[in-house]
Amino acid sequence: MAHRIEVFTKVNDTRSAIMRKKIGSMGYSIHSAKVVEVYTINKDFQNEELKEIAKILSNPISQDYIIDSCNNDIDFDFALETGFLPGVTDNVGNTAKETIEDLLKIKFNNEESVHSSTLIFLKGEELKEEYITNIGEELTNELIQRIHVKKYERYIEDKGMDVIVPKVKLEENPKTKKINLDVPEEDLKKLSKKGIKNADGSRRGPLGLDMEQLETIKEYYKKEDRKPTDVELESLAQTWSEHCKHTIFSAKIDDNKEGLYKGYIKKATREIRNKKGSKDFCVSVFKDNSGGILFNENWVITDKAETHNSPSALDPFGGAITGIVGVNRDTIGFGKGAKPIINKYGFCVGNPDDKEPIYRDKELKNKALSPKKILEGVVEGVNAGGNTSGIPTPQGFVYFNERYKGKPLVFVGTVGFIPKEIDGEPSWEKKARKGDKIVMIGGRVGQDGIHGATFSSEALTAGSPATAVQIGDPITQKKFSDAVVKEARDMDLYNSITDNGAGGLSCSVSETARESGGLIIELDKVPTKYPNLDPWEIWISESQERMTLAVPPEKLQKFIDLMEKRSVEATVIGKFTDSGRCIVQYKDKTVMDLDLDFLHEGLPQKELKTIYPKTKHPEPDIKKPEDLTKILHEMIERHNLCSYEFISSQYDHEVQGGSVLKPLQGKGKVNATASITKPFMDSKKGIVCSQGINPAYSDIDTYHMAACAIDTAIRNIIQVGGDLEHTAIMDNFCWCSSDEPERLGQLKSAAKACYDFAVAYETPFISGKDSMFNDFKGFDKKGRRIKISIPPTLLVSSLSVINDVTKSVSLDPKFFGDLIYVLGETKNELGASEYFAYLGEKSGKKAIGNSVPKVNAEKALKLYKKVSEAIDKRLIASALSPIQGGLGITLVKKAIAGQFGMEIDLSKMPKSDDLNREDYLLFSESQSRFVVTVDPKKKDKFENLFQNLPFAQIGKITDNQDFIIKGFNDSKVVKANIIQLGKSYRKTFKDF
Amino acid sequence: MQPKALILTGYGINCEEETAKCFEIKGADADIIHINDLIDDSKILNDYQILAFPGGFSYGDDTGSGNALANKIRNNLSDEILSFAQKDKLIIGICNGFQIVANLGLVPATDKQYGKREAALMHNTTARYICRWIDLKNHSKKCIWTREIDLIHLPVAHGEGNFYTEEKTLKKIKEKDQIVFKYIKPNGKPANQEFPFNPNGAMEDIAAVCDESGKILGMMPHPERFSTFTNEDMWELKKEKLIREDHTIPKEGDGLKIFENAVFYFK
Repeated sequence: MAHRIEVFTKVNDTRSAIMRKKIGSMGYSIHSAKVVEVYTINKDFQNEELKEIAKILSNPISQDYIIDSCNNDIDFDFALETGFLPGVTDNVGNTAKETIEDLLKIKFNNEESVHSSTLIFLKGEELKEEYITNIGEELTNELIQRIHVKKYERYIEDKGMDVIVPKVKLEENPKTKKINLDVPEEDLKKLSKKGIKNADGSRRGPLGLDMEQLETIKEYYKKEDRKPTDVELESLAQTWSEHCKHTIFSAKIDDNKEGLYKGYIKKATREIRNKKGSKDFCVSVFKDNSGGILFNENWVITDKAETHNSPSALDPFGGAITGIVGVNRDTIGFGKGAKPIINKYGFCVGNPDDKEPIYRDKELKNKALSPKKILEGVVEGVNAGGNTSGIPTPQGFVYFNERYKGKPLVFVGTVGFIPKEIDGEPSWEKKARKGDKIVMIGGRVGQDGIHGATFSSEALTAGSPATAVQIGDPITQKKFSDAVVKEARDMDLYNSITDNGAGGLSCSVSETARESGGLIIELDKVPTKYPNLDPWEIWISESQERMTLAVPPEKLQKFIDLMEKRSVEATVIGKFTDSGRCIVQYKDKTVMDLDLDFLHEGLPQKELKTIYPKTKHPEPDIKKPEDLTKILHEMIERHNLCSYEFISSQYDHEVQGGSVLKPLQGKGKVNATASITKPFMDSKKGIVCSQGINPAYSDIDTYHMAACAIDTAIRNIIQVGGDLEHTAIMDNFCWCSSDEPERLGQLKSAAKACYDFAVAYETPFISGKDSMFNDFKGFDKKGRRIKISIPPTLLVSSLSVINDVTKSVSLDPKFFGDLIYVLGETKNELGASEYFAYLGEKSGKKAIGNSVPKVNAEKALKLYKKVSEAIDKRLIASALSPIQGGLGITLVKKAIAGQFGMEIDLSKMPKSDDLNREDYLLFSESQSRFVVTVDPKKKDKFENLFQNLPFAQIGKITDNQDFIIKGFNDSKVVKANIIQLGKSYRKTFKDF
Repeated sequence: MQPKALILTGYGINCEEETAKCFEIKGADADIIHINDLIDDSKILNDYQILAFPGGFSYGDDTGSGNALANKIRNNLSDEILSFAQKDKLIIGICNGFQIVANLGLVPATDKQYGKREAALMHNTTARYICRWIDLKNHSKKCIWTREIDLIHLPVAHGEGNFYTEEKTLKKIKEKDQIVFKYIKPNGKPANQEFPFNPNGAMEDIAAVCDESGKILGMMPHPERFSTFTNEDMWELKKEKLIREDHTIPKEGDGLKIFENAVFYFK
């Protein structure tokens, strides 16, 4: 019989107070909410044992508990319990189980378990059961959680809540079936779209293979003279998915046979590396889980950025936490295993004030989550994943656009650190050898994450599988991460390691098998979360926190022993061979036997045709507004320009002790755009990170959008003191409707810009990732069909070094009397700017324009070299490069950060002749500019450096709180107060 | 003598490397030891003079921060740790380590009741994890770890740092000079529970307490994260001032003083 232990907090009950507030903010009148932790123990124990268990699950100073009884002391009207659905990762339940086992020195068997849930006692006037159900639905996600409501009377009558044990029950006798591909095209299409048919007639979910791919597979089996098994077909679908093989980036596109990836991205890197010759700092590009560059003569830094968009749309918390913890594994899976040392994030979400519901189904039952709920969830997910793993998160951004409403973008990135050599060999090289054992470490396999790879390659619809949602278990990963990166790696206990990400074992093990030339695996050896999974499910499940290694037989025992000592589950599930075949067995029966080359190289190259008709937008015809002070206040309150301190300060950016330039800078704590981390206490050398993103510019021209993203990521590095000659970049393309020639035309244009500007700046791409179908297909509240496509988005991440971190420059002005300079020319470039968006919202008529910012890399390079020189000579006291919002917002941010006043004269500003409006000068988003402050004593030295470049002193820092801007004719066009500006800057997200 | 420091790790502890490095910089011989290795061979504790419980997220804070790891120690190493605590040796618990030593009853251990839980570190009043630099004032004359420190600026990073104890215990630890650090405002005045100066709502602004002997310290802020001058949140401003006044830029951060005090105790 199962038991229930409830733990009550008796003093300082913060969580209850916050819960009451939260429910209040949903619009319900609540007098009190009492939050209680519940443990359901699915194993029989004696009373005395239960008391001992309850004692260790609670804190005697602050908590009480009850066992198998109801609470008679609490005054309430309704009790609301939320818990996990069967099969969902329950970290608290698992820890409780482990603690009980350790306490009583016993073991739970496979049928026994511990589950956590939360009970909330609610009291309020006129509360109805349906309100409570609504509250429960608001607080949970029906894809992973259950709710259970009882009225007070019922609770008393039943003597408490029910004992619910969420156990997964699957049909016994797992089976493999053969699939007939000799069927009409209609049926093949259905097979691809809906998946393989189960015995009961239901379908397993999309394979996502196109007709050409299906024909190729048919041909292959004709030659083999047999029918494919479901394991084989599912495996091919995973491996050939857009998500895994990047079929669009690899496709022949128009006349470009090499495609976008080889023809632009990789080509840029190859040419730059050749040109740099002995100064080439790349060590491993594109081929591994992360890219790697030199840090110094003994160490290598790795970088990788991923997206986790589709899972985050369904469950933002789960999507984001598995995203960040997943990209950490791309670091651990680099070479022989790098240590994650910096986490990065980027959230593109809809307008958080948008409350208009959208639905996935015509019946309007399946509502998409609101942008606000998505934002809260993804922020919390990276919090839980990054903080728990002990990896600092100093770098990130948040970007809003209404078109991210149906499909948010969740970017997650991790920088890693690894010695250049391990046991005398280059650390980035790995090779599984014939006879090596395939060892899986970490979490167990369940139904979660099935069809993740094929699902993320499809647009989100009502049929999107809920099994794509997972919760994440950072501690399980932390345990093996430490055991691998801090111990096993340096003991040289394995030959290869890789992450089990998209496609699960089917993709990771078969990928590593290419190093040896084959593999044989026994699926029944794979540890599972619950019994009776079908072989195909074990093979393609994307259950998190797992990696596979190639361990030579003579080192196996040592490896297994070490893992056991570190409480990491490690299991031999097969061995690598050189047979050229990928052989999968289940209980001694072969369920898959595919040619390894066919599996990886057999997919036909796509051929794509593109067009790119440019849209001509009407030029906004809006009069110059009278009150620029008011506009400055309203601009700095905009979602894309205001403070997101609530995110920065809930992410630990100090752990590992290497923080130098932080996410919030100056006395006024302004969000920075670049960060510096120093990996060694006794060396001055640092790692510099930044990001660039400008999705709005895609509305005018994706070529310039991409160019601006690259320039932003690079100049942000320059502004803090990073070394341009030792800077690498990464691309993350998130596109929409990539089966339409117009969208592909936009894509091709952006990829070409990537080539052009990477080559111009000599900053090689070292890794990248793309996500091609970020569209929402559903219905509005009237049941009308809608499609919301994201604006074509490119995130460029930059990675650099600085030799002496004490020379780095933060963004806050340091002393009054310092001179303010603008470096770089401001042009009439307000197309798709934040200012035009603002004016459009004010006037009720969309304002985009056509004058998108353009990058002149040749001119920019000259300026960047001088800025770097000035920083190296310690001539610059503060620096910030304008991004969205232009000079006006940059100046305001600097004033808030330094807590000083400013006097600015717009007539001094270096600008193009066609720029004649003060508001345009303030909010133009021209690229390649900096605002810096300089000690007056260094004025001459500083100015001498910039001769013949566009620059000017435009004002000075004052010792008061006045933020003054003089216009073209010497009159004050802005008269603001920095304290008030600071309030506006922090206003928008103050309740988040 | 050069003291040996045992830095505990495992199950989600994550500040062990920087903590060990701080001890080493200040002259101790530091070893990072996994808790399972210590359980397997607890005799090695005898070789060490200093025991550190670093920060982290042991067991992901499941069942309460520091609770599950404290349970593991209590279930397997109780006698050894209690005996270590009562010798002329030093123990420090930082952040999650403070939560662990509080759950183990190593602090405040009033009336030498080592092993009895007397303090809890509860959820922050904001119910949210917070990472920021805060100001502290040292109130303890007896604490070995904080000798010669009056004011110090350090980062905190936690979701559960809200110190709570019963009135009678509070009275005792005041009488016995066991309150070490209190959160203050940048102007030196008491934080008086005001957020963000007191970042978690801790009773009487308490950020750190020691045992009666002054040898065992539990603290929420992270001294190991201020090992270098360039770690501090406002170091860029300080640097600019130093440069303009023609001074050199220092190397070390103030947090090292705490580790230095421990090493010096054995010299």
